[in-house]
Amino acid sequence: MSSEFQLESHTPKGSLENRWTQHKFDLKIVSPANRKKYNIIVVGTGLAGAAAAASLGEMGYNVKTFCFQDSPRRAHSIAAQGGINAAKNYQNDGDSVWRLFYDTIKGGDYRARESNVYRLAELSTSIIDQAVAQGVPFAREYSGYLANRSFGGAQVSRTFYARGQTGQQLLIGAYQAMSKQIAEGTITHHSRCEMQDLIKIDGKAKGIVSRDLVTGKLESHMADVVVLCTGGYGNVFYLSTNAKGCNTSAAWRAHKHGALFANPSFTQIHPTCIPQAGELQSKLTLMSESLRNDGRIWAPKNKADCDKKPEDIAEQDRDYFLERMYPAFGNLVPRDIASRAVKLICDEGRGVGHAIDGKKLGVYLDFAKAIEVHGLDAISEKYGNLFDMYAHIAAEDPYTTPMRIYPAVHYTMGGLWVDYNLMTSIDGLFAGGEANFSDHGANRLGASALMQGLADGYFILPTTVSNYLAQQKPLDITKTYPEAEQALQQSKDKIQQLMNAPDPQKTPDDFHRKLGKIIWHACGMAREKSVLETAIADIKTLRQQFWQQVKITGSDQTLNQTLERAGRIADFFELAELMCIDALTREESCGCHAREEHITDDGEAQRHDEDFSYVAAWQYSGNLSVPVLYKEELDFEFVRPTTRNYR
Amino acid sequence: MIYKLHIWRQDHAESKGRFEQYEIDVSEDTSFLEMLDALNENLIEGDKEAIAFDFDCREGICGSCNLVINGTPHGKHQGTTTCQQYMRDYIDDAELWIEPWRATAFPIIKDLIVDRTAFEKIIQAGGYIEIRTGSASEANTIPIDKEVSDAAFDSATCIGCAACVAACPNASATLFVAAKVTHLSTLPQGQIDKNRAKKLLTAMDEQGFGGCSNYRECERVCPKDISVSTITTMNKLLYQQR
Repeated sequence: MSSEFQLESHTPKGSLENRWTQHKFDLKIVSPANRKKYNIIVVGTGLAGAAAAASLGEMGYNVKTFCFQDSPRRAHSIAAQGGINAAKNYQNDGDSVWRLFYDTIKGGDYRARESNVYRLAELSTSIIDQAVAQGVPFAREYSGYLANRSFGGAQVSRTFYARGQTGQQLLIGAYQAMSKQIAEGTITHHSRCEMQDLIKIDGKAKGIVSRDLVTGKLESHMADVVVLCTGGYGNVFYLSTNAKGCNTSAAWRAHKHGALFANPSFTQIHPTCIPQAGELQSKLTLMSESLRNDGRIWAPKNKADCDKKPEDIAEQDRDYFLERMYPAFGNLVPRDIASRAVKLICDEGRGVGHAIDGKKLGVYLDFAKAIEVHGLDAISEKYGNLFDMYAHIAAEDPYTTPMRIYPAVHYTMGGLWVDYNLMTSIDGLFAGGEANFSDHGANRLGASALMQGLADGYFILPTTVSNYLAQQKPLDITKTYPEAEQALQQSKDKIQQLMNAPDPQKTPDDFHRKLGKIIWHACGMAREKSVLETAIADIKTLRQQFWQQVKITGSDQTLNQTLERAGRIADFFELAELMCIDALTREESCGCHAREEHITDDGEAQRHDEDFSYVAAWQYSGNLSVPVLYKEELDFEFVRPTTRNYR
Repeated sequence: MIYKLHIWRQDHAESKGRFEQYEIDVSEDTSFLEMLDALNENLIEGDKEAIAFDFDCREGICGSCNLVINGTPHGKHQGTTTCQQYMRDYIDDAELWIEPWRATAFPIIKDLIVDRTAFEKIIQAGGYIEIRTGSASEANTIPIDKEVSDAAFDSATCIGCAACVAACPNASATLFVAAKVTHLSTLPQGQIDKNRAKKLLTAMDEQGFGGCSNYRECERVCPKDISVSTITTMNKLLYQQR
């Protein structure tokens, strides 16, 4: 594979405020009469995919959509709890597009593009307008006007929310818009259908191979452009807060066809999740960050106390370590900082709760003081549903016994490299939502994922995809293309290889759990050169074993969830190595990426802007272990990178 | 603890199904679906085919999971989904009978997985508010009474799991339809389409669901506690627009 590729972000010039407006004017458009001549494939129908498909269908293009779930309404966007940011300044507290832009770029520890982030902030207000018009029941004041709340990393109140189910309501809005287009015939949707491969003709993305998960049938679908909105790759860690089906396969297979993968090691770890209870655990559950407003986080001072009941540990034997380490922010330090502190305590052997591999992984989140000060009723009114959820899962009553929490993987900032138009390095292949790397830098702020998915889906992709199509001659999709036949055959071969491992012994999940442990240990909350190097070797060995020993029962001609899982895990095995290589190469700490070698004396992340103020975009070279690094230098024309300090 | 299971196995829609018996030893703190994961691991290791069942988010919001456990859709712990059931809730049950949703409108795909495309068709018939992307007015232009907005939310919280259909002796989707109609048609933005209720109910009939005869089983098993009062609201709208 050639490495002659030129990384060009196509970022507009001029004043930041006018860039998107001017760019839209500069882009080409397709006249309404010609739109039906073009075919668009959208893979993944979560917030970004459903919004893009609905909008493009409405414009008059022929859209084909695919999702592996049984309905687009099930995409994991649905699980986002907290809210969606928008610079409406309804609170009259000094918010502005500029402030949202600034907070987001700073929150990302200065590892995102200014132009993209500004556009995101600019579009945020239109998203709220769109959602309200669709019938999204956002929280309202008694006056009848929209309510807001505060969220981490901001000093203004700009988060719109629908109780703890904001993602669900926004996804249903996009899903319903998409349903209308399906009824009108502009969208042809395929549920329970998974992308297997990308079809390229003369270097351009012109279709996909899909597998019908019910019949096992492989098919090729041709189009003029392919849009991937296939989500993040947090499930590489096996245990995460992602839905079980979330996977990297579409993005990864595109990567192997030449799409660059950016900042793969940037993964967000959320501090307040319910700890793992046993080996059989299949996923982790997030508890809203809002709990840290009233809960106090502590661990026993003495290891000997770790087996005691928390109520039997005297006040003077408790270490309120966040309050001790960060007196200014206390329990409200940002996600990455809180997560690392919890890990530190547990690594010292002062964790509580269930032991996993001999180490207790959990600390207390205690509401006793809050209940004493504010009363039981006030706390119950604020957090009642969360307390119930915890009590149900952990079988302990948080009103009387402190909760136990531990950090868990929850979002991936890295993803397919895209230019300002959200086009990947493959001509005609676009990526939106969590699947791309674009806007969050090295750390995503709360309530920004929904905003980005919808900005990409409703407003950016329809414009930039149209611009691309305006420059293409429509492809005759009824013809048979040798490139499609070849991709189809390769997909068949890959499935046969999985079904017929030479020495089948272990289940796909068995391998996935092992992979998860390696990557969590090496490329989780703290990263270190020697550990990463060992992990790379371990991943390679385990990957070889996987292809030799993976055991799949049943047939590939019917619904077979074991086979589906194995296919996704095979891709995680390859991505995991790239994550470690990326983490190893980035010899600095920034946002979520904490290299042990680059921590200040105070234990804080130490950026090295002079050497690492770039996006690391990796190209597949044909050898997984020797990817080619392209650096997209980040220019900060409008903000000056500073050091975050929360002490 | 050892649990005795009877699980519905069926190769595809046309084949004859049967209950098969299994035993599994798991801790009571295991979730119901993790118990099935463990069983599947054992089956694969023993060269047998894994049991097919739907799941995704495993936090009670995506609406994928759908098991009838000892005759009750989503199991005995009310107001939540199958994925939020824990084995500790079933310590006293000598045996567990696990079945798929049963309704004419939901053909079985395999084992415990059913095809819920009929729900998609209902939404496509008018379960949306028409608004072209980018043409919306400023969000605060129309204030909405908090009570109206909160009530709309209560209906909008439906996850489309279809437990209501599985529990109904008529296999009716009336609660699902009523929740969508109440969500959209009580908001000012959704009042333009006067025929939404009619369109959705017609689609429901066409898809092979039964009608409502007030058993109220739907409300009892709804994981999101959607009330049958939504059906009253829908009927009122139908009456007003007749």
